[in-house]
Amino acid sequence: MLKTFFLGIVLGLAAAAGALYAIPAVDQTREASIVKVAPNGGNSETFHINVPMDRIMLGDGGQAGGIPPGLEWPTDEVLAGVRAELFKIRDARDTVVGVAVRTAATSQENNVIDWVLHLPARGSLFINMDVAPLEGGYRIGEIASGSREFGPLSGFMTERWIANDSNEEDAPAGRIELLTSYVGQLEPLETAETIE
Amino acid sequence: MKYVVSLLLGLVVGAALFVAGLIYNPFIAARGLSPLSVTNAETITLSFANVPAESIAYTNDGESLHNPHPERVLQLWEAPIRSTSAMATVMRDARGRVAGIGVKFSSDSESTRLLKGEAIIDSAWYVYLPEHGSLFIEQTENYFPLIREVAFPAWRSSASSWRGNWLGDLTVGPGALGTAAVTGGSGRVKGLRMEGVESISVRAFSADVGLVSSEGRLIIAMHENLGGIED
Repeated sequence: MLKTFFLGIVLGLAAAAGALYAIPAVDQTREASIVKVAPNGGNSETFHINVPMDRIMLGDGGQAGGIPPGLEWPTDEVLAGVRAELFKIRDARDTVVGVAVRTAATSQENNVIDWVLHLPARGSLFINMDVAPLEGGYRIGEIASGSREFGPLSGFMTERWIANDSNEEDAPAGRIELLTSYVGQLEPLETAETIE
Repeated sequence: MKYVVSLLLGLVVGAALFVAGLIYNPFIAARGLSPLSVTNAETITLSFANVPAESIAYTNDGESLHNPHPERVLQLWEAPIRSTSAMATVMRDARGRVAGIGVKFSSDSESTRLLKGEAIIDSAWYVYLPEHGSLFIEQTENYFPLIREVAFPAWRSSASSWRGNWLGDLTVGPGALGTAAVTGGSGRVKGLRMEGVESISVRAFSADVGLVSSEGRLIIAMHENLGGIED
């Protein structure tokens, strides 16, 4: 019986090690990306935010209370003119695929609008927007950096507010549309001589 | 029958021994000195509250160890973001003055390998410092030392808590020396590529609510001298 017990210990050790090796401790849920090939090269992907449903936080020195209720936004003078919003972001199928932060800051020296999009299964994107909007209500910004899947990519992102004109009950007030355009790093093609 | 019981008992003991071996494995050592603690580059040092109740806002799936703050903040319950948390917090400079605001997104990483002592989190920081500009920090963090030396003792304690003084670096990549990749987006740091390390100092931890007394720190090293950007 003692031999069986020791055999059980060995099997238990092996089973625990095998399970930990074979079964992933983390398995992120992935939504299939809806990426389109842009006509002038590169790829594009659209995200949107339903406002106010997808707004997690709104902190603004000039606004009483902020969102959610109970939020205590710092009143320090250094942060005067800084507005930060946290959102859930959705893909073209209206499925939540990530979270994002938009920060807008105005000061005498420098006005800033930045986005960071975080898609857990894919990586993050950091976009520094041009502060002045373009014709049509667009604002465009350059992808300044990215992580994991987005690491080797460069490109642009536009943001646009689209108001909801429908009179449906529970409809969002509007949505923020984010259109990203990715361009991969150029890699030299192998020449015929190299192949030979 | 007694052989079956004996075998099952052995299996349970074997599995428990494996878990104990994993926790107390002497070959999984702490990384030691931060690579940025010996850098000659100018650094920005920022500290922040990482206890959810002391942050501006913190949210997760609502079922994890840390409770969302404020209470009515939107929770991240949808499947693709269920293992993600988001925190907005005040960033302070080395003198304790408000320097800006930071937002951190953290997601459980599929590169987690508990057998190797790696409990990995993929995280991204956005930091806005009115004096310097905006920063994006991309990093992988290893929470295994914190789990092993703080969370596990708290879980074992009869009071379900741990008190002490634990200080460690969380950042383990993606830089070759275990540093985070930092990009300047605007202001005086615009266009700069830098390195960073996030560390955490824990004084109290509860197995029921997580961090009770703790402070985080970000050190960002700038290899290009901008003049007058040190704190």
